[in-house]
Amino acid sequence: MAEALSSWVRVREMMPPGHVRTPSYLRGKRGQLERTLGPFHNPEKLAYGLEAEKLSLYRVRFSMAEVWGDAAENPDDTLDAEIYAHWLEPCDAP
Amino acid sequence: MPHDHHDHSHDELSPSGHPYRQDNDEPLTYWQTMEIAMRELLIEKEITTAAEITARIEEMDRRSPADGAAVIARAWVDPEYKAHLLADGSAACKAMGFEPGVLRLIAVENTADVHNVVVCTLCSCYPRNLLGLPPDWYKTRAYRSRVVKEPRKVLAEFGLDLPDGMTVRVHDSTADMRYVVLPARPEGTEGMSEAELAQLITRDSMIGTGVPKTPT
Repeated sequence: MAEALSSWVRVREMMPPGHVRTPSYLRGKRGQLERTLGPFHNPEKLAYGLEAEKLSLYRVRFSMAEVWGDAAENPDDTLDAEIYAHWLEPCDAP
Repeated sequence: MPHDHHDHSHDELSPSGHPYRQDNDEPLTYWQTMEIAMRELLIEKEITTAAEITARIEEMDRRSPADGAAVIARAWVDPEYKAHLLADGSAACKAMGFEPGVLRLIAVENTADVHNVVVCTLCSCYPRNLLGLPPDWYKTRAYRSRVVKEPRKVLAEFGLDLPDGMTVRVHDSTADMRYVVLPARPEGTEGMSEAELAQLITRDSMIGTGVPKTPT
């Protein structure tokens, strides 16, 4: 996944076991690419001493409204997190 | 030594009025035993030495928020350095003599409209190479779970009330990056030297749970 900045992406809604660096509270949520980082070795394999391929890492910006819905303290505040490429899929703007 | 006797109850206060601290006589936890076993094996197999381990601990303990404050003060007085810090935090720290190690640092800038705050919800990622060890509260479940959901309420508990018009940006250090907040330079500091400015920059102002002190 190599996307232009500000593109809309959705965090995949999967629940694999193991050392995962994608917080559950962001799974299924839509945000915009804030910047591209990396590549970095896949931490899900690195943690177990396995051969870890390099992946792009993206900083994704979510609105608090997207993350928390009506429970958001202030809908326009934002939450930025680093998400690995294999956790993201392109999506339409909400 | 006054604390060596055991004829007092642990509920009592010492003659100087402070509570007695319990001795750490309880058995080791599983992970403490594991750490000792691993360390002893690494030393026995001559992969490392006890002196090397101590030297590394001392190296980490030497780092403190004063290092970060020096970086921020430089960014306040030198626009070119500030641009460098925002473009490549690790390289900018190195340029000031602070070895970033494997740390990849992103500096996020507070402005008149934006306030940034840093957390690691998954564990306790913190820019240790620049700020030293994190405060205990940074690692608590309360801070980690609440600041992503109700940052304004958490910041208010730290004594920081933000106006409604200001956007709060929470940065969750989920993977390979570490974050430092570049706080806004306080008003009334125009004539101050870089060293004087550094004195205003607190640890919390670089985490985002505070703002720099104002000159008195």
